[in-house]
Amino acid sequence: MTERLGIVVSGSLNKGVEVRLDSSASIEDMAVGRFVTIEGEKRRFFGMITDVSLGVTDQRLSLTPPDVSDPFIAEVLAGTSTFGTLHVSPSLVIGGDAAAILEGPQPVKTIPSHFSAVKLSTQEDVELVFGTEDEKRFFIGNPLDMEVKLCLNLEELVKRSNGIFGKSGTGKTFLTRILLIGMLQKSRAVNLVFDMHNEYGWAGTREGGPPVKGLKQLFSSRVAVFTLDEENSRHRGVSTDGVVRIGYDEIEPDDIALLRQTLNLTDLAVEAVHQLFRRFGRNWIQDTLDLKGAEELPEGLSIHEGTLLNLQRGLATIRRLPFIEPHSPDNAVKAILEHLDRGTNVVLEFGRYRDITAYILVANMLSRRIYAQYQSRMEKASAAAKESLKPRPLVITIEEAHKFLNPEVAGQTIFGTIAREMRKYNVTLLVIDQRPSGIDSEVMSQMGTKITCLLDNDRDIDSVLAGVSGRNELKSVLAKLAAKQQALIFGHAVPMPVAFQPREYGSAQSYRDFVPQKDAEEDIEKLWD
Amino acid sequence: MAEVQRVGEVIEASTTGFTAQCYELYQMPPLGSMVKTGDSSAELYGIVCNAATTSLEPGRRPIARGKDEDSEEAIYRSSPQLAKLLRSEFEALVVGHREGDRLYQRLPPQPARIHGFVYQCPPDEVKDFGKSFDFLNIILNAHLPVPTEELVAASLRRMSQAHDDQRAFLVAAGKELAILLSGNLNQLNAILGRIKL
Repeated sequence: MTERLGIVVSGSLNKGVEVRLDSSASIEDMAVGRFVTIEGEKRRFFGMITDVSLGVTDQRLSLTPPDVSDPFIAEVLAGTSTFGTLHVSPSLVIGGDAAAILEGPQPVKTIPSHFSAVKLSTQEDVELVFGTEDEKRFFIGNPLDMEVKLCLNLEELVKRSNGIFGKSGTGKTFLTRILLIGMLQKSRAVNLVFDMHNEYGWAGTREGGPPVKGLKQLFSSRVAVFTLDEENSRHRGVSTDGVVRIGYDEIEPDDIALLRQTLNLTDLAVEAVHQLFRRFGRNWIQDTLDLKGAEELPEGLSIHEGTLLNLQRGLATIRRLPFIEPHSPDNAVKAILEHLDRGTNVVLEFGRYRDITAYILVANMLSRRIYAQYQSRMEKASAAAKESLKPRPLVITIEEAHKFLNPEVAGQTIFGTIAREMRKYNVTLLVIDQRPSGIDSEVMSQMGTKITCLLDNDRDIDSVLAGVSGRNELKSVLAKLAAKQQALIFGHAVPMPVAFQPREYGSAQSYRDFVPQKDAEEDIEKLWD
Repeated sequence: MAEVQRVGEVIEASTTGFTAQCYELYQMPPLGSMVKTGDSSAELYGIVCNAATTSLEPGRRPIARGKDEDSEEAIYRSSPQLAKLLRSEFEALVVGHREGDRLYQRLPPQPARIHGFVYQCPPDEVKDFGKSFDFLNIILNAHLPVPTEELVAASLRRMSQAHDDQRAFLVAAGKELAILLSGNLNQLNAILGRIKL
């Protein structure tokens, strides 16, 4: 028997319904983001509490409050003259007949009739809407204030680009780890993670606690760690599967265009890059840096002295990056692709090079080449009409996404292309960012599922919720999330928006829950070998 | 059935109420208490809403007699005729009736009969009657010789004594009143102030 909260007293489809609380239900036990079920006459509606307010039957009651120090008076007035109201936005509905039950919950097109009873959702309700843990669905957390497993269809999730947002310290990284594990276990997709802060590969940090295990520690056979900074990885005791080095000759003009802001280049300097590339060919960076002045420029190149200096200064910054070499002997892209083809997830650690220049440059370069490979393979596969030739779905995880996807560069970076083309070439993005307002609105609108932790900047909230139905209601939910370990998920992979508490990550028990027991035992056996 | 106390006899009756005279001087039931009249097939329930002790003859007012007496009792002892010259009577507001086994909290089809005996309701019956609060509406809408708030409060206080959990009964009644009097906050406050324990 579920606890009845109250009855529907008014509302509209656009604005949601008003629910008057029963006197037995305390308004202080309510919380925005809670999942409720409304028992209509013929249908059941599922929705979320999006606002909580107080009402009085007589305005004079608020002008001359009664003597509530007397518990009797307070008890009599509670729920009668003074009452709580909930604002609920229904998102899904399920009919009462057998056909409708088979069909499952559908988006709402109407609202429950007057005085329909509103209850807190039960485990069955949540399972009906979000499904139970199975080979496709992954347990990501509990709906707020509920002990029910909220499951996410990972197969569906990876079909679109997705975003994880939240200001720093709200648990984006933990949430990402959980999702990465989910994708690893429940979907065909492989992940390529550009791990700026060395959080995902071997071990991650935790505020005020011991480090937590990374993916490699939990799923050693299915995760490969590449590093840009071998020495740093060794210091941290990470066993790496490869070192990524980048040659000057691998850097193309588009890569520089992307770095315009971080390298403080002028527009003319970016233009000049194209000219220089055409003239000097692959070796253009070395050749450009060797120039002593504008007068040494080859015939036919008209580049202003100041522009050249500006460009040279920028290129020198790139050259100073320790993982950049005049010529890189091994092909990082090929090595990474081999792992991905085998179904191994790849985490690229940046070691000490947390500088945004390095991150943008490397992430963009590698992704572009990998994407090109995917593109040609997909085209071949569709030309041959063979499903088997299609490469595995790939999810590229990037942090600080607003640096790649801001309106100025989104058109130029590979990430902008991937986000817009969606899954045409079996490559999608998992974008992690704390300033979603910095991301191009076109890219934002293409994201399938968004998971957002607390955001407090209005522009960020607006940009995350742009184009979502019932955004005003969601806004109030989002703004009231706890500073840690609470998130709101909405979009393609979930039937309705829901606020949830991500499952635990970091305790011994949580690792055992993530890794099926059989594997864990094997790991222990390996230790003895 | 428990011994029920007979408190008087109907001397005036209408659809909304009846007046009964007590057999003994000053033996009227308390304000707000429940009384009933009628036979077992149709009983009327009333709530005592007013009581008075007056001279038997309307034109003849009692005179002060105690100047040389030590106590009030002594006055009655020295003038035993007083008990016969004065009379106590009370008015009851009809709040419900019983037909067979069913209890209705609404006005009866017929008023009480003159000379019908009036009994004090036993606690079990009061408790049974208190299961519904529809009678509150009758009291609130009646033209009463005493302030409505006073009568509502008195009847609820009396009724609560028949219940094991007095507080729960009063809270439930209070909530009903809060709904009935949602437009009249002052009256609600006045009643709540009078019924709190």
